Formats: sequence, C-alpha cells, structure tokens
Amino acid sequence: MGMTSVEKILASHSDQETVKVGDVVVVDVDIIVSFDSMRSDIAKIADPDKLVLLFDHQVPAPTVRAANMAIALREFVEKFGVKRYFPVGQHGISHVLVAQEGIALPGKILANPDSHTCSSGALNCLARGMGPSEMLHIVCKGQTWFLVGPTTKIVIEGELPERVYPRDVIHYIPGEYGDFAGRNLEWHGDGLAGIDMDGRLTMATISAELSAEFSLFPFDPVLDKYLEGRAKGPFEPVFPDDDAEYDRVITVDLSSLEPQVVLPNKVANNVKPVREMAGQRVDQAFIGSCANGRLSDFAVAADVVKGRQVAPGTRFIVTPGSQAILKEAIRLGYVETLMDAGAVVTSSTCGACFGGHMGLLGDGESCITASTRNFKGRMGSPNAQIFMGSPATVAASAITGVITDPREF
Amino acid sequence: MGDLLRGKVWKFGDDINTDLVIPNFAVLMTKEEQLEHVFSANRPGWKDEVQPGDVLVAGRNFGVGSARPIGDMFVGLGVSVVVAESFNGLGLRNCINVGLPSLPCPGVLDAFEEGDVAEVDWKSGAVRNVTKGTSLQGAPVPDVLQQIVIAGGVEAVLRNEGYLVRK
Repeated sequence: MGMTSVEKILASHSDQETVKVGDVVVVDVDIIVSFDSMRSDIAKIADPDKLVLLFDHQVPAPTVRAANMAIALREFVEKFGVKRYFPVGQHGISHVLVAQEGIALPGKILANPDSHTCSSGALNCLARGMGPSEMLHIVCKGQTWFLVGPTTKIVIEGELPERVYPRDVIHYIPGEYGDFAGRNLEWHGDGLAGIDMDGRLTMATISAELSAEFSLFPFDPVLDKYLEGRAKGPFEPVFPDDDAEYDRVITVDLSSLEPQVVLPNKVANNVKPVREMAGQRVDQAFIGSCANGRLSDFAVAADVVKGRQVAPGTRFIVTPGSQAILKEAIRLGYVETLMDAGAVVTSSTCGACFGGHMGLLGDGESCITASTRNFKGRMGSPNAQIFMGSPATVAASAITGVITDPREF
Repeated sequence: MGDLLRGKVWKFGDDINTDLVIPNFAVLMTKEEQLEHVFSANRPGWKDEVQPGDVLVAGRNFGVGSARPIGDMFVGLGVSVVVAESFNGLGLRNCINVGLPSLPCPGVLDAFEEGDVAEVDWKSGAVRNVTKGTSLQGAPVPDVLQQIVIAGGVEAVLRNEGYLVRK
C-alpha cells in the first residue's frame, strides 16, 4: 500500500521503511526553530546548525520580562554558536522568515513551539507546532515523535474571482466541513497553479485553526520558482504514491467562492459570506501576522484604501511579517498610501495578533482581522469580538467602519 | 513504579478535550488551583471522587485541543494510567511528557464498566478486568516514549542525561 506525502516524509526521517496511520514514529528533525527566549539551564544540544533563533512575539521588548528573556536568547546564541540568528533589526515572524530566507525546504521536518508552524507546509515541508516542553527535547536531542493520523486530500479547482483570496478559501473549508482534528491535509489540484506562495502560506498557517496536524502543499512550478536562488541548501521534494490512501477527498471550486468572514470565537462551522455580516461595526481593523503580513497583503490593502480615508472611530493597524517586507512595502509606496489613508504601519512582530502589544482591544470592542486566531480574549479584552477576514475585507471594513464586502471596492 | 497498575476504573467518552480538563478561565492559574477545576464543565465533583491509583478509561481522540498541559492534572489527581480507545497526538504528547502512563487500547470501553477494577501493564499492553475476569490487549507506545514516562517526563530525561543542569 502506498504512502501519502506526509507518511513518506515521516518514514524517510525514521528507521521505518513505511509508515501508516496509527503508528507512533520517532523522527529526526532537520530544522529547529525557536523565538524570544531560550532556557539558560541547557548544557548541551544536538546540533547548533539545525537551530534557527529569532525574536517575534515580543519585539522590540514591550516589558522588562521580555527584555530579560531576549538577553537569555542572545546568551544562548553566543554560548552554542548558533549561526542562523535574526537579531532585532533583521527580525520577522518565525514562519515568515523561514519561508523568506529559504530555510524551510521540501521534504524536511521542521519543529517550532508555536502553533502556526504548519505554515511551512506551503513549502512541501513537514512542519508542526510542538509546544515548549517537546521543543526542549528537540533542541537537546534533535528528535521527536508523531502519532500518524489519516490524511485528507483537498483538490483545488478553478480560479478565484475578483476580490476573493486564498484567505477566503481557508475560511470556506472549515465553514463547510468543520474541524480536521488529528488529520493531515494534503493539497492537490489544477487550481493551485493560480495560488501564489503568499496565498499558500496563508492557507497553511490557518490550517492550525482547522486543528490539522500537518498541512502539506505540493512541489510544483510555483514552489520551484519561489525557491530558485532562495533555498539555503539542497532538498528532495516529496510526492504521494499513486496508491496512497486518504480518509476522504474534498473538492473546492475556487470559481464559486465569495469573501468569507469567520465569526467570534472559533473557526470550525462558524464562517459566513461577508455580505451576510455587512454592517457589523468595527473599532479596529488589523492586517498582519504569519497568516497575512506579506507584501501581497500590503499591496491589496493599499489598493483598497488608495484615495480614501479610514472611518472616524476606527483604527486600522498594519504589522508586517518581517522587516524585509516592511522595507519593500515602503519602497513600493504601499506604506505611504496606507498612512495617507490614516492607517498605522508598525515594525514587524506578532504584536496585536495574540494581544501582545501594538494594538490590543478594549472592552466591548469589535475587530476584523487578517491575523491567525479569534479565540475569546485573544487580542486583548475577553469582552471584545474578533471577526476574521482577508486583507481586502479588512481594508474595506476599515474604510467604512463596518464589516464590508471587498467586492464593493 | 511497578509494572502492573491496579485501580478502580472511571469511564469517559470520546473527544475528551483539553478545555474540559483545564477550562479557559483556569489557564493562567497555578497547577494547584487548576486541579480544583478539572472536568468542572462535564463532570463536576469528579476531582473529589477520584483517588490516587485510579484508572482513567476513555474513548477515541483523548486529549484533543491545545497544548495546555493536561497530563499535569491527571498526575496531580493521582491517576495511575490513562487507557483510551485512541489518543489525539497532542493529547498523548501532553501525557507522555509529564510522565503519565498512557496506553492506546481499542475495545477498552466495551471491556469495562465504571467501578470495575482494572489491572494494566501499560508497557506490554496487557489489560485485565479483575472484576469480570476478562482480558484484552492494547497497543503499547514505543519504547522511546516509555522511557520518557519511566524517567518521569521530558525534563527528567534531559536532566538525567546531562542536557539540563541545575543553576
């Protein structure tokens, strides 16, 4: 019996010839990513060259505690001679950086404590958020284990209509099909050719909100081109066997989609077309995070707001996924356009996405965001309401001050 | 710990999720405070009834949800072992990493009624219903995970092997 791509990557990193659903597989980890701090009681580690260290959730440090945590990370970098280190000034959100810098690669296994690590699946890389205690083990010993779940095949067909984006696709799927807890997603179909890397990274990132274990995109001409001149090492893409077994096959016709908004406080079975929520007041509109803080998101936002003004009483905050993205957005005039409209453009950080800093929500406020997650209390007050939409939906809503279908712009 | 764990069985159903074990409002509390709220939404009072050495039997997808450390709660309440139809990957990781013996065992829900006494060899997978005189075979986790549990969890392993030093 053949293996899916997920199963193949697990098998190739283990001492098992084949891997099947239900197995617990022990694997070597190729790329070990961590952020903001490191424990100072670590005496030895498996391989400093596997590590990638950076600052993202709290950068520049918003509290003394964060500043002291950053000192511990710098001391660790120094102590173990970690080469892949992104200091303040060259920083960015981990999942954005590992793609941007060609570190996450096809066929590799990547671990990071953060729950949105599945983002790197866009690069045909097997990537998973592992939590702090497992990461400690991985940093020290270079290995981890996975309980192999079934893989769902998602076939993408057609083309996205005007003002409908990959973010809307990854909202539509859980809205229609619910949760994918314990399952892997594998993306297929001719429609993928029309989804660029930024779009795939969005979809892979938000797969965490579908509770998926891994979310793996194929190696195809789009990914090949992205990695040309960018990949930091050799790689071996992985393709599923013809007789691989999937627990189900879901087909999505992009041409039939419309903008989708996620309602507070969860994603599965909680999504509506934006037009059905039109008119809901928004106090804050946010674009940023590892989901949608990339250059194309800046471009879309600038296009929507050009020549217009953010609604009185509404705050529009845009936080880039990396300093490199910010620099390019400035060069291309997007930042000026956004600021002319009354938006705030911050330096790169996770920031408001997790209620860290740079734009928390107060009691009773409503927010529409293109960030990652809308659990109750996620972005500040537990009495705030968080809706999620594509950057175009967010930008359009910033202009009108209410949830707005971006097709009107 | 002995190889054979013997205790009274408590039965739970499918999809026991992390938010039932540690409710949202308890996430930032201390471990001691969190123990007071285990299963407060679905089975209030259970945390006072369960005794050290008891066995938790559950259905499919045990421990689904977030990375919050549910294993700590069962260890804190003295549960000796979790035997489930199947574990969620993250749920299993949560239990293993704090040294909680865990055994996947299809058929376990049918094999036990609440209150039965179970004898569980979580390393070989042999499960016996002492009360009814029946047996079944579970699918024990690989040796590498067993070593983590035997050592007392991830931090204990790393400390024993010299990766972590006391400051």
